[in-house]
Amino acid sequence: MSEANSKLAVPEDVTVDKATIKMLHLAQSKGIETIFDRAVKMKQCNIGTEGICCKVCSQGPCRLPLTKGIKDGSEPDTRIGLCGATPETIVARNLIRAMAAGCASHSDHGRSVAETFLAMARREAHDYTIKDEIKLREVAGFFDVPVTEEKDGVQVPRDKWAIAVEVGETALGQWGQQQGEMIYLKRAPQATQDRWAKQGVKPRGIDREVVEIMHRTHMGVDQDYKNLLKQGARCSLGNGWGGSMMATDLQDIMFGTPYPNTGRINLGVLDKNKINIIVHGHDPLVSEMIVCAVNLPEMQEYARSKGAHGYVVAGMCCTANEILVRHGMPIAGDYLQQELAVVTGAVEAMVVDVQCVMENLANVSSCYHTKFITTMPIAKCASGKNTIHVNFEEHAALEKAKEIIKIAADNFPNRGEVNIPTDTNRMVVGFSTEAIKYHLGGTFRGSFVPLNDNIINGRIRGVVGVVGCNNARMEHDEVHLALIKELIKNDVIVLTTGCSAMACGKAGLLTPESAAVYAGPGLAEVCETVGIPPVLHMGSCLDNSRILTAATEVVKAGGLGKELADLPAAGAAPGWMSEKAIGIGQYFVTSGVYVMLGVSLPINGSPIVKKHLEVDMEELYGGKWDYEPDPVLAAQKILAHIDLKRKALGIDKARERVLMDMADRQKIEAA
Amino acid sequence: MSKLVAFAAIQGGYNIVQKAEGIYAQALEKYGPDQKLEFPNTAYYLPLIYSLLGLPVKTLADAKKPLEVCRKLLPPHVKSLNYLPYLGPLLDAGMAAILAEEIVEAIRYVESPDFYLVSEEVDLEKGKIWLGAAEDTVFRKRGVQFVDGSAPGFVAIVGAAPSPEAAKELALEYQRRSIYVFMCANQGGTTFSQQLVDAGVEIGWNTRLVPFGPDISAAVFALGFANRAAMAFGGVKPGDYKKMLLYNKDRIFAFINALGEVNAEWAANAAGCVNWGFPTLADTDIPEILPTGVCTYEHVVANVPIEEMVQRSVEVRGLKTTVVNIDIPVAYGPAFEGERIRKNDMFVEFGGGSKTPTVEWVTSANMNEVEDGKVELYGPDIDTVKEGGSMPLAIKVEVAGRKFQEDFEPILERQIHHLLNYAQGLMHTGQRDIGMLRISKEAKEKAFTLKHLGVILHAKLHQDFGAVFDKLQVKIYTDEKQAEKIREEARNVYVVRDARVENMTDEGTETYYSCTLCQSFAPNHVCVVSPERTGLCGAYNWMDCKASYEINPTGPNQPIEKGETLDPLLGVYKGANEFINKASRQAVNNVCFYSLVNDPMTTCGCCECIAAVLPTCNGLMTVNRDYTGETPSGMKFSTLAGTMGGGNQAPGFVGHSKYNIIQRKFLLGDGGLKRLVWMPKALKEELRSRLEQRGQEIGIPDLIDRIADETVGVTEEEIMPFLTEKKHPALEMEGIFG
Repeated sequence: MSEANSKLAVPEDVTVDKATIKMLHLAQSKGIETIFDRAVKMKQCNIGTEGICCKVCSQGPCRLPLTKGIKDGSEPDTRIGLCGATPETIVARNLIRAMAAGCASHSDHGRSVAETFLAMARREAHDYTIKDEIKLREVAGFFDVPVTEEKDGVQVPRDKWAIAVEVGETALGQWGQQQGEMIYLKRAPQATQDRWAKQGVKPRGIDREVVEIMHRTHMGVDQDYKNLLKQGARCSLGNGWGGSMMATDLQDIMFGTPYPNTGRINLGVLDKNKINIIVHGHDPLVSEMIVCAVNLPEMQEYARSKGAHGYVVAGMCCTANEILVRHGMPIAGDYLQQELAVVTGAVEAMVVDVQCVMENLANVSSCYHTKFITTMPIAKCASGKNTIHVNFEEHAALEKAKEIIKIAADNFPNRGEVNIPTDTNRMVVGFSTEAIKYHLGGTFRGSFVPLNDNIINGRIRGVVGVVGCNNARMEHDEVHLALIKELIKNDVIVLTTGCSAMACGKAGLLTPESAAVYAGPGLAEVCETVGIPPVLHMGSCLDNSRILTAATEVVKAGGLGKELADLPAAGAAPGWMSEKAIGIGQYFVTSGVYVMLGVSLPINGSPIVKKHLEVDMEELYGGKWDYEPDPVLAAQKILAHIDLKRKALGIDKARERVLMDMADRQKIEAA
Repeated sequence: MSKLVAFAAIQGGYNIVQKAEGIYAQALEKYGPDQKLEFPNTAYYLPLIYSLLGLPVKTLADAKKPLEVCRKLLPPHVKSLNYLPYLGPLLDAGMAAILAEEIVEAIRYVESPDFYLVSEEVDLEKGKIWLGAAEDTVFRKRGVQFVDGSAPGFVAIVGAAPSPEAAKELALEYQRRSIYVFMCANQGGTTFSQQLVDAGVEIGWNTRLVPFGPDISAAVFALGFANRAAMAFGGVKPGDYKKMLLYNKDRIFAFINALGEVNAEWAANAAGCVNWGFPTLADTDIPEILPTGVCTYEHVVANVPIEEMVQRSVEVRGLKTTVVNIDIPVAYGPAFEGERIRKNDMFVEFGGGSKTPTVEWVTSANMNEVEDGKVELYGPDIDTVKEGGSMPLAIKVEVAGRKFQEDFEPILERQIHHLLNYAQGLMHTGQRDIGMLRISKEAKEKAFTLKHLGVILHAKLHQDFGAVFDKLQVKIYTDEKQAEKIREEARNVYVVRDARVENMTDEGTETYYSCTLCQSFAPNHVCVVSPERTGLCGAYNWMDCKASYEINPTGPNQPIEKGETLDPLLGVYKGANEFINKASRQAVNNVCFYSLVNDPMTTCGCCECIAAVLPTCNGLMTVNRDYTGETPSGMKFSTLAGTMGGGNQAPGFVGHSKYNIIQRKFLLGDGGLKRLVWMPKALKEELRSRLEQRGQEIGIPDLIDRIADETVGVTEEEIMPFLTEKKHPALEMEGIFG
């Protein structure tokens, strides 16, 4: 290997995805640097990864690395910062600040959805509408918004717009609520709610808990790591059972609740004869409109006038998941593939909204004709010569979408060399909680009972949500795939979202046929019965809230305990990288779920905090954090956890067939 | 493999719905939208559509909406690669097929009114073997057996067995287990029903082998029966499809046997049945659906050899059945109870038309006088008479035991009727000294002798009542003189016995009994039986309940200390109320034993009669289950039962037994028997002598003749002049609503 090349990533070593390998070679041959290469060049800060650098005041930063001697006990741990802050205080403060940032990100996305929703309900944003009225009425029920009204002495269904206005107002009120407890918490199983009440972690309002973290982590305020981490737990619930869950619900009402649908994934979805528009980020408000607008005859005509055969609107990151699960729009790639999409030379416009948009995307775009279009006033970019900002306004959403499409179309003739890899894979996606319920029994018998039944009888050993990001410090996709394959081989059904879902899609795990290939015999049989893949794509990372509602349905369907913590279930984020993931992980832990990470939290600087997260939290919330970088070992730890839960439920042994006689039937409780 | 089922069933769903749409369009053109659609003599409209969708279909025009629902339910076809999930869609397609078939069958009643015989029995001579939808009288009568457990479930047999003999064997095996066999569809024109006829098996409701129809669409009659039961007895509200289907899954133990090649339309029906929790077992190699969830256990099981079909079926459905093994040469079980033995099939007759003396008598004896299991015959056996001959018959059952009480004698005695009837080849009617027994030629050929009567009684009475006695022996007399002597002795006992029971009063009794036998079906319903208010089903009086409690202290009949009498006229008892509140799971907290105006007792839907207020006449009416005509309440029995079944309190209506009419406390709180202004003629005649006696007691000897019946009228307006003319006492009484 030459000196120059030693600074570059070896494509075959950093990813298992064929399209990514090809495009990395191409990028490197053209001298275009990507995150894969930078990950080789740039080392991580050891002190930062341990979470032990305090920079909350200008007397620091104070760095208190854990020495070898402290670790092996040969020297006492006397580390303190200038103010006396212990490693525990520093690590806990840093961690919950990251949590606050993660929760704020998802919840702020939720806020913009709620605002648009309310504008839609008030008929001020005419390009949006109510697509799922059934869900609107269901959500209204959670908010105690009446769905019927009295007319001439009889109860009649209330006007959907009136309901929507009240739902929108109530939802939006949740962000600024100062007292009491957030409304959606009551959707959790009662025993889970009771636990939260006992631990004092029921959030009052979304913003309040975030702000309180910022205050409490200021210099010289809260200096008790347990108290700090408790606030992190409280804040996380405001996101999981608040901002995120409401965002998912309101998006479903406006854009449709996902039901199983087919889709395609990977860079091969780009089309050299069409205008390729990539929508990237997380918030579907923009992309939904672009999807609508490209189908308008005037837009199609516009494409032809530029010599193109139409448009490909392909998604990237979670914006991709949003339009995939609702409309079957193709996915170009995941977080780590964003620069490589541009390297195809076929992307006319890279349209981004919020979160996980690498700044270098602007630089790579500058090497091609690609327009890098930012759309959100809160997410602009100063890099890149091809960067433009089209401010998206909900009141003129469709017009703005058309403007963006025209920019892309006008850019089509400017294309240079095009190199689109042929790789794509088919998949079946869109397993919302509602869809799972329907598909387990149809219109008349839809329920989670068949799932529970097959968990109880052991065909399915457990349920694991494998979610989260891709991380350039690990082998791209492989960490997800190795873990998931090990789980499904052992009859664990996997629920997936975000970039993890994309890894599965690219590897073919989201096809129903994959059950026979990868799943254990019990899981394969259930998959065959229902016609589902062994890995269910539930949406974007925001949609992790769907996993909470699905798990709640499982508890309510009966036979598997009283609280979420009783379920033979777990969560895993093998390749997490963003602060959002910390926020998500904590809301799962606080809800009672065992969460396995493949990348350590920045906590190793304080073994005491680490123990609190990985051991003590189970006592408090029923769930806990764990870390295991080897995906197969991680899967085995998860399986061990599931088996413990099965044993506690008494379903670790084969179930006997019960034959009922009349006396048995008389004992059935009235339904 | 499930994918193949899904593929076929969804295809079948499309075929069926499309055909139904065609038939509907033609019918609409031919008969117009106002053409009435119904299953004759049934309540609940088209019961599947009504129960699941809440839509009452009365005319062709009404059928349009459910047909649109069917079309909408049809899912996309299953693709070969990267297919979407199909379990939910598969069940929807099945449901669409079944709902569409119900419309097709309803139109058939218009198109070919003679296609189905509206009857409980088939008419072999006229070649009419298809019975279609069970009339309400049949449904109520049979439904009760599902309620009280004498019928543990039903199998829907679809298609045909490999041979008539195989069909006979399979049917017999289900009969032995008391399981109803509902038959539909054909295999290349051959039907299971016809196979049974060809094998000489009696089919019809009586033998629990019910030939619904020759097409797969007749499956709707079986499912309709189940859903009607859920509405009538379970109190499930029309349109509450979720509760309806779960009720069926948990309480109605039905399943399907698909015999022979399974086509797409059968697959659609099988898929539809999964919605009910009813699994399918096939004798052919079809794709299986084994994982559990929608049904209790497996959904579709294939390759079941026909000789293992019954065993596998009850296992897959999760049903426990018992086969009674008695050492007699014929089959034995409740399914044979309704079997008829016609003159031509009869070998010998006792009593009845032959007028030979008969009597049945159960009496107590000292322990040392009884040798358990001994059966003695005094006189000749049946082989001494010619075919078609007759003989006298006296059956004296002697019972001994420390726990045996004289009060139990009549209870055991009343069992003789059905216990003998359960034997294949025996037909018994009546009781005491008016009994009639026939033994068939077939039974005789199988070497059935009179001693076997004793064997049956000994075995079954021990099985059912063994807790209250230790030893039992049977003496059978066919010698005329001896038989007559026994009859005389028995008659003397009957007089004493009747007087004792009739003199029991509610006031003089501190302990009443609950009856929650029906809670398998009607989970909120609870009967309280007192000496002067027998169970509303007519099957349980106070003495029965007492005995039942002694036999099974944790069973459905529990003693209730009636406690303080809160209102003697209405019959309100503190202890009874407390019990009812608990046993009804807080659904009911006050019950008046003797009133229908105020907090009447609930009914599960299996009451023999229903009484209702007739406000204009200031009186009450009552109607029994067997009367299918209109009544002055504006409702037929079936409609009345439909409005008040399922354990609900329905002021203005109450269910009661026939016998209760002539009990002294009959609706006393509302004025008693004097209030009764209308009852069906047949019921009046049935109770005539007792009604006359009761008339005497209350000082209106001709009361019976002042009560109107359907020959007078079936509306209040029609009967009013009659009541006025006859000076019916109700007209003079204070207002019925107090």
